[in-house]
Amino acid sequence: MKLRSCIPILVLALTASLTACERPPVEVDQLNYRGLGLETVKNPRRLEDKLEASQIPAALPPVPAVGPKASEIYQNVQVLGDLSAGEFNRIMIAMTQWVSPAQGCTYCHAGENLASDDLYTKVVARRMLQMTRAINGEWTSHVAGTGVTCYTCHRGQAVPAHYWFEDPDADGVRMVGYTAGQNAPAPQAGLASLPSDPFTRFIAARAHDSIRVQGTTALPTGNGTSIKDTEHTYALMMHLSTSLGVNCGYCHNSRSFGPWEASSPQRVTAWHGLGMVRDVNEEYMTSLTDVFPAHRKGPAGDVFKVNCATCHQGLPKPLNGVSMVKDYPNLVGAAPAR
Amino acid sequence: MAYESLFNRVQVRTEPDPGVALPAGSLPRLGRGSFSYLYGILGDAQIGPIYLGTFGIASLFCGFVAIEIIGLNMWASVGWDPIQFVRQLPWLALEPPAPEYGLSLPPLAEGGWWLMAGFFLTASILLWWARMYERARALGMGTHVAWAFASAIWLYLVLGFIRPILMGSWAEAVPFGIFPHLDWTAAFSIRYGNLFYNPFHMLSIAFLYGSTLLFAMHGATILAVGRLGGDRELEQIVSRGTAAERSSLFWRWTMGFNATMESIHRWAWWFAVLTTLTGGIGILLTGTVVDNWYLWAVKHGVAPSYPQVLPPVADPAMGVTP
Repeated sequence: MKLRSCIPILVLALTASLTACERPPVEVDQLNYRGLGLETVKNPRRLEDKLEASQIPAALPPVPAVGPKASEIYQNVQVLGDLSAGEFNRIMIAMTQWVSPAQGCTYCHAGENLASDDLYTKVVARRMLQMTRAINGEWTSHVAGTGVTCYTCHRGQAVPAHYWFEDPDADGVRMVGYTAGQNAPAPQAGLASLPSDPFTRFIAARAHDSIRVQGTTALPTGNGTSIKDTEHTYALMMHLSTSLGVNCGYCHNSRSFGPWEASSPQRVTAWHGLGMVRDVNEEYMTSLTDVFPAHRKGPAGDVFKVNCATCHQGLPKPLNGVSMVKDYPNLVGAAPAR
Repeated sequence: MAYESLFNRVQVRTEPDPGVALPAGSLPRLGRGSFSYLYGILGDAQIGPIYLGTFGIASLFCGFVAIEIIGLNMWASVGWDPIQFVRQLPWLALEPPAPEYGLSLPPLAEGGWWLMAGFFLTASILLWWARMYERARALGMGTHVAWAFASAIWLYLVLGFIRPILMGSWAEAVPFGIFPHLDWTAAFSIRYGNLFYNPFHMLSIAFLYGSTLLFAMHGATILAVGRLGGDRELEQIVSRGTAAERSSLFWRWTMGFNATMESIHRWAWWFAVLTTLTGGIGILLTGTVVDNWYLWAVKHGVAPSYPQVLPPVADPAMGVTP
């Protein structure tokens, strides 16, 4: 009798413990030689939601590159000035559609005077145009010919859904309750108890800490990387994994994460992606520190910064690999001088 | 004559058994003993009296201090919010100091509490070991339980004390927390090139899984011959009866070999003890003697190779000035 009365409670507890799980079935893609478990596990139902959210808006009809240049007709045109006025306006309309469809032109332009830089949003938008052209021109090692547009990150929102700020409490130092910046459900690290800010040290700027933790020799030869350093790398990798909706095996051979010979070509793409993100954060985002108003900054007074999720939003290729740039070739900047 | 099996679900209620007289100089036992039906389903229905003694009291005190330091630090890390303390409890931890502190004494706010909790927890565990040893001696028993416990303590000390000292940094030690210690384990394996290629880790796993297998085999065998008097294992060791004969014959028939009523307990003890003994050796060698277990395994022909099916990849950072 006594035991039986416990059964409903046990059933309830077991059911409750399953609520965070995804229901089967899941799909599995084999990524490497058979039998190694190097595969991507996909939940088709969640994938459907992500693909639904990745529909791109229809491209605006192209306009001929003839007629007077934008810089000749408009004032204060610092980017895209050599486009025809028609092409220039097409980009402006597309940007409104991509970034501020609800607010319209006046989100950046102060009323009648289109040339005015009074609104900070216009200064930011100009820098972002330069960034987009730089990414498409200089970072083909990561974005290939697919490229990016404002929509890749913004998706019709003035502020992209995914960004990061420095955590002023990241070291976790206080009289009692030292956390070393970890030991709480970290959304950036797949809700693990790993370090909550894996970004500041790795992707905030071109100068960065080493992500690599493993020794390259069997016996110790001076690799002093600590377990705590490793946990930061681990957290960053969890961020990559969750941002792309892939498992470790997408890039790594999980029996030995370090060696490049055993890795997939995607790891090289990811490596260039980290370089691109550092470039974007240092060259474009941080350079806007004095432009952004206080309410658009993080608790440490820093600007929005990007990470893998900013573009990828849960998919191995942002917008499921559909290129919007092919309809807007003006958004491709010059390739780097070699 | 039929054997009278002691294996049954009857729970006897009588005056609680106070146990044998204590040696001179012992502290008194606490409580007079009582009965619990639920405990009777799991084991003996009698609860208490309990003997704490000096070691027991000191151990409980140190353990209490350690749990308080760990728990209060966890609670402080969520801003003393009781709801968040419960919600986030599996994520919370008391973290060892940063690598910069090496083996020095860090400030309380940066890992000092961890060191203090570790001291009291270790004291508590060692005192509990002394208590197990002493109680076994007081009952005129062998000290097998204490030495088996010592093997577990060895692994605990390697993880939190001996290896950090050899590495010259408290930061190498394990945090006190549920998920955090698991993350530490995963990070440890990643840092040192995959612990599965550590032969002592392999041995430890073999003994761990072997322990569960032996436990299942032995428990099942004795239950199966309970109706023949197999529950009186020790009597059957001294004077082999039909239960011992049949259980031995059963395993000889099915796998050609059998342990004896006596040796099966040595098998079990050694498998359990070797799990943590070999595990501790494996941890001790990691970082101190071997830096990358995968490369070590490649060097010694342990790690297999398999066909390259992906396009070859080279380190993109090669030749790039950082």
